[in-house]
Amino acid sequence: MCIKIVVWIVFVPILFQINECLAQNKSIQEPKIYSEISGYFRIDYRYFPDSALYPRQHKSYFSMVFQPEVYLEWNKGKQLLQFVGFARIDQYDTERTHADIRELYWQAIFKNWELSVGLRKIFWGVTESNHVVDIINQADALEGFDLEKKLGQPMIHFSWSPSWGTIDLFAMTYHRQLKFPGQQGRLRPPFDLDYNNTSYESELDEYNPDLAIRWSHSFSVFDIGISHFHGTSRSPLFESSDGITFSAFYELINQTGLDIQASTGPMFWKAEIIYRVSKRKNINAFTVGGEYTFSNIFSSGIDIGLIAEYNFDNRGQELITGLDDDFFFGSRLAINDRQSTDLIGGIIIDRNNQTLRYFIEANRRLGDSWKISLEVSGFDNVADTEFLYLIRNDSFAQFSLTKFF
Amino acid sequence: MKTALKISTVISIIIITAFARVITGLEIAQEAEKSDNGWISSSNILTMTLTNRKGQKTTRHMHGYFMEVEGDGDMSMTIFDTPVDVKGTASMIYTHKIGDDDQWLYLPAIGRVKRISSSNKSGPFMGSEFAFEDLSSQELEKYTYKYISEELMNGEECYKVERYPVSKTSGYKRNIVWYNKSNYRFEKIEFYDRKDDLLKSLMYSNFKLYLSKYWRASTMKMVNHQNGKETLLEFSEIKFGINLTKDDFSQNALKRAK
Repeated sequence: MCIKIVVWIVFVPILFQINECLAQNKSIQEPKIYSEISGYFRIDYRYFPDSALYPRQHKSYFSMVFQPEVYLEWNKGKQLLQFVGFARIDQYDTERTHADIRELYWQAIFKNWELSVGLRKIFWGVTESNHVVDIINQADALEGFDLEKKLGQPMIHFSWSPSWGTIDLFAMTYHRQLKFPGQQGRLRPPFDLDYNNTSYESELDEYNPDLAIRWSHSFSVFDIGISHFHGTSRSPLFESSDGITFSAFYELINQTGLDIQASTGPMFWKAEIIYRVSKRKNINAFTVGGEYTFSNIFSSGIDIGLIAEYNFDNRGQELITGLDDDFFFGSRLAINDRQSTDLIGGIIIDRNNQTLRYFIEANRRLGDSWKISLEVSGFDNVADTEFLYLIRNDSFAQFSLTKFF
Repeated sequence: MKTALKISTVISIIIITAFARVITGLEIAQEAEKSDNGWISSSNILTMTLTNRKGQKTTRHMHGYFMEVEGDGDMSMTIFDTPVDVKGTASMIYTHKIGDDDQWLYLPAIGRVKRISSSNKSGPFMGSEFAFEDLSSQELEKYTYKYISEELMNGEECYKVERYPVSKTSGYKRNIVWYNKSNYRFEKIEFYDRKDDLLKSLMYSNFKLYLSKYWRASTMKMVNHQNGKETLLEFSEIKFGINLTKDDFSQNALKRAK
């Protein structure tokens, strides 16, 4: 609700004003608007074979997802409006039943620059098992403990692409909180989180102006990005006075990041490195590794990719992702048939305590607009020092059916 | 005197023929490239129909725009419209005359641009019978050539030329290309696999002339002789002179391609 108000009060008037300015410079022109509506509905069925660790949790869950998208373009494609909504209704979990505006922004394009105002989703990075450099958007932890899904972030984004790369500038405000599944949900910590009691190092709380800059470039075999973020951290620290109810604290940070990929034939070399400074602690983290693709094996059309990565983070056990000293070994299989059948699987293993997690995900299109997916995600041998120990019994299998429109 | 003239005529004929025989394959390919130079920019809409051995059909839609680059290969942007689950997925390719092409794919669901391995030339495009290398820009330098003969194809007089891919990662040992003698457009290509067995043949038809210079086939039909599958490409709304610049082939342009 609050996010909507911010959008409508702050950004929409700006949008109309800039729009007017641009329009005034032009002679009378036909209002030619191109529009597209698309999106999907999905049904998920999740089954947890292990008994629940905490009271009120269930064995299996049905849930429904709706993601509508609207795209408008006018002024010969020089201006556009993009909306991506998201809503999930969960059978039991009232927290996981949630809605978000993933994207709602206006964009103007002029030669080699772009100006966007509104909620956007920005991805930075190259590696597969972890995205240490990626910092613009808060994770939607209600969608998964792997923090892969992101919440929309209000911003003004300017992007300029001269011949020597792309310069992105971001001015952001309204910090989004990391939220976990509710009492009846699985994949959650045992304690209660009081989201109304969240505190910030910034005097402006969630309204602290966050700034970011990135230079990225693709040349020869390289894709490279150097970025800096100044503002409120997306990773919470948890505090409690009674050990039962916790609240989050978000510190102010400066984070410099580097992501680089060298694509030499079938071999991709990848690395992401960050250095983060806050009053409390200096953090360094990195992911390095590579991916080798065997393509069109025996002229079958099948591709198999092998991925190996190593993750380091000096935050150690306080990390929610647990990727502090962990190897990742994965494989990707693409059948490249008319149903676009694919499969990805992997294991992540902690170098010190051998905590193991594994996942496998398979997708296949049915007809022209349906898709079935199977996902298995689990843990084994979880050390009691890991954050994952709190969800050690939450290995699950999920079946999904998606209808695209 | 008469004999001397005869001999010299014979010799010159031999020389001319021998000379022509040596250079013709490459020359034809060079002529073909020359005749297709200067189109600058272009766009089209593409319908791709896949037919399996049982005759079941699946249709895909996409659209794209293309730009000539002086001194190097073309740039292209292809945006997928259907199937709906991949709608908005876009592929950007910088073709190079020498060395591997650069290719990126934008995946809107995760908002991520990914590089595509340039060594995957022989893999199928979108589950079709077209390999990536069949659809990438046909740069002169990507092959070596050998003249075979003149032959009638599609009722047109053609030069039949054999060409050999330079790249070691190509799925083909050789192709046979039928160039139209009068305008150097492709009439047919046969693809031979690494074992030199006939793999596929591609027929070009429904030609239209644009800007009174550039022949474009509205229909391209690929038949795979080894698995019995077919793929039909039908191009529509072929346009030229659409005013593109390098800014239309940037990472940002790829992300907002619709």
